[in-house]
Amino acid sequence: MSDSEALRYDVLVVGAGPAGLACALTLKTLKPSLSVAVLEKAASLGAQSLSGAVIEPTHVDRLLPGWRKEPLDIQVPVSADRFLYLGYRRALRLPTPPQMHNAGNWIISLGALVRRLGSAAEALGVEIFPGFPAAEPLWDNGGALAGVRVGDFGRTREGAVGPNFSPGVEVRAGVTIVAEGCRGSLAKTLIRHYGLDQGKSPQTYALGMKELWQLPPGRTIPGSVFHTIGWPLPTDLYGGGFVYHLDRDRLAVGFVVGLDYVDPDFSPFEAFQQFKHHPMLMPLFQGGEILSAGARSLVEGGYPALPTLEMPGGLLVGDAAGTLNVPKIKGVHMALGSGIQAAEHLVRTGSPTGFDQSFRRSDVGRELWRVRNIRPGFRAGLWAGLANAAFETVMGGRTPWTLSNAEDWKSLRPRGAVRGKNPRTRTRTLPPRDRLAFVDSAALHHEENQPVHLRVADPALCVSECSTRFGNPCTRFCPAGVYEIVTDGGGSRLQINAANCVHCKACDIKDPFEQITWVPPEGGSGPNYANL
Amino acid sequence: MNPIKILVAAKRVVDYNVRVRLKPDHSGIATDGVKMSVNPFDEIALEEALRIRERGEASQVVVATVGPHEAEAQIRSLLAMGADRAIHIETTRETGPLEVAHVLLQLVREIEPGLVILGKQAIDDDCGQVGPMLAALWGRPQATFVSKLTLAGGCAQAVREVDHGLETVEVDLPAVITTDLRLNTPRFIKMPDIMKARQKPLEKRPFETFGIDFPSLVVESYLPPPEREAGLRVESVSELVTQLRDRGVL
Ligand SMILES: Cc1cc2nc3c(=O)[nH]c(=O)nc-3n(C[C@H](O)[C@H](O)[C@H](O)COP(=O)(O)OP(=O)(O)OC[C@H]3O[C@@H](n4cnc5c(N)ncnc54)[C@H](O)[C@@H]3O)c2cc1C
Repeated sequence: MSDSEALRYDVLVVGAGPAGLACALTLKTLKPSLSVAVLEKAASLGAQSLSGAVIEPTHVDRLLPGWRKEPLDIQVPVSADRFLYLGYRRALRLPTPPQMHNAGNWIISLGALVRRLGSAAEALGVEIFPGFPAAEPLWDNGGALAGVRVGDFGRTREGAVGPNFSPGVEVRAGVTIVAEGCRGSLAKTLIRHYGLDQGKSPQTYALGMKELWQLPPGRTIPGSVFHTIGWPLPTDLYGGGFVYHLDRDRLAVGFVVGLDYVDPDFSPFEAFQQFKHHPMLMPLFQGGEILSAGARSLVEGGYPALPTLEMPGGLLVGDAAGTLNVPKIKGVHMALGSGIQAAEHLVRTGSPTGFDQSFRRSDVGRELWRVRNIRPGFRAGLWAGLANAAFETVMGGRTPWTLSNAEDWKSLRPRGAVRGKNPRTRTRTLPPRDRLAFVDSAALHHEENQPVHLRVADPALCVSECSTRFGNPCTRFCPAGVYEIVTDGGGSRLQINAANCVHCKACDIKDPFEQITWVPPEGGSGPNYANL
Repeated sequence: MNPIKILVAAKRVVDYNVRVRLKPDHSGIATDGVKMSVNPFDEIALEEALRIRERGEASQVVVATVGPHEAEAQIRSLLAMGADRAIHIETTRETGPLEVAHVLLQLVREIEPGLVILGKQAIDDDCGQVGPMLAALWGRPQATFVSKLTLAGGCAQAVREVDHGLETVEVDLPAVITTDLRLNTPRFIKMPDIMKARQKPLEKRPFETFGIDFPSLVVESYLPPPEREAGLRVESVSELVTQLRDRGVL
């Protein structure tokens, strides 16, 4: 495509999540003369947003004055929060860790918040393009980031030009804000290209799965928030469940597991489904119906893993950078805050330079610094982790050390080398029956005849070393059943059911040979969540 | 043949990838946060109109929709696909096929199109009646379920998908065409065209101004299809016969 056909903006934002939209909205508020565009891979705003979400509302009050009076599709004030340790049969109430106190917080749908932020931004003149993923970075002659190329439309599975082919346009911008959320594909490329992670602790991740339920009348206590640890996870696995009681007999249930787990036979999806069958929870769900379901990874490395947030021509904000506050398990207010910070910095200085410093000195940056040691403490197991968390909290983060992390793809041990007993399991009766039924509630759209967007560097490795050492963990860690080993004619091979992909990115993170690369599929492909 | 104007009618519906669910009180379809799209058959209708215009056989393509305020998103995407202008008849009520046909009839009188192209049905209520009703009210010929369309000498030749195969009919223009799946594959929308679409004329008219006040379809209640009971495996023919007898089938 010739240069004259490229679209040009002062600022280009990649990703219409809370971080990207807060940034775009603030830019246009502070300096209306700027031209600002937002690219989003989902077919419509919020359709690929998935979160808890119990949020701290301060930034929302600032960005959307009046939101409290005109409620989102899901918007319930937190009325009670409980922290529980689950055994196979029992539930033991623990003191709620101070970071998890939720007075004044709201349970919302991130998808609904994103739609509202999007309308507000558009009203100020921000141009938002849902259905157009950023495929690759563009560089100027000096090596600075100069925008992105949008993915092509209408390529066939083999990569050839199909009958309706439409090449992805170039979108050029003075500053590109990377706001793709956890494990962004563009962010991954840029962090490597500019060495933004040099001298930082490796980034770590978790996988979150969630279902939104419509229950028979009268079962919910609107505003009640439950977080659990313990069963069905072994004690060396960091993770737990959440149950948020909404209004109108709706309920959000989800489960999060640290992707630093060691047992290649562990299945996050199975753990989530087991969790729902705990005797304390199961009666809630019986006779109910799943409205929407999906999965998304979370970034857990915190301050020690936070990359340098600026590069020539660009900035990282939100979970694409890794701003989530892990002890609070809250990333929305951090994402909004970092987006606002980025906008203020750009308007103040006119350039990305110095953003890393100004972010770290801001309230949002300092909040992240204070809790830096809590998640790494859990590498020693649940009880040591809780003790460390309590200690760090008492110290207010003023401990003289910073614990570090290790890469999640390195943590798997060979099959059979994992000692320790797995907790007992229960017979499952609640929907979804399996992962196919699960993704059925994600309203996936994916044109089958397009290039496979999950790139495996060496498929031969799957049926040789990966199979013998790890028993193909991709067939278990993927919550959507994308990966299958099939045996036909000449032997076994990896089959990739790309159309099932919910864009959680777990494979890009957890594959023990680090050989799976997630790239954006054709624009508009993927899940269409309803209020997750 | 002089270039004609084409009117395309399009409806905002629950996206085809979404498993449709009822509201808990069965008063309608749940649409909270659900992805909404242009009815796929209507996109095919617009694509066909655009191809006719690109061949020089039409001068202008107008798209019209009857629907809520939010349908503006769908109208904008149709303008970005290439329609020249749009008319959004705004209403919050659930309009039935006859009401929509009457609205379109008034638009037809005003625009005087040589062709009206619509989807063969909307994938939400699957009525499939707006096209035929419009043709009847207008007193003009129609070709429904069309999978191939050519214009020549004031006529349209249409290949129709019918139960026993394909049927070719010829209709005089102006006429009403409803589209089937195989007619074409709609184009992808391009980013620059989304921006251009923001400048294209989009006219809003309240439904009330059309003076259509006859009682249309009244929906009493919505019900989900009955759930199938689990099957039963029988061990022998005699058991099968007993089971059938017990159920009064034999
Ligand atoms: C299960 C779960 C529960 C959570 N619970 C809570 C909670 O209770 N409270 C809380 O505060 N936080 C919670 N979080 C975290 C919170 O959701 C995130 O921290 C927050 O969404 C991060 O915002 P973001 O804007 O950085 O990224 P995202 O919300 O991930 O948004 C990124 C956007 O960019 C788009 N995108 C990505 N790549 C591209 C590309 N190449 N081109 C175009 N578009 C692209 C995506 O589709 C998406 O819309 C939870 C997360 C999960 C997964």
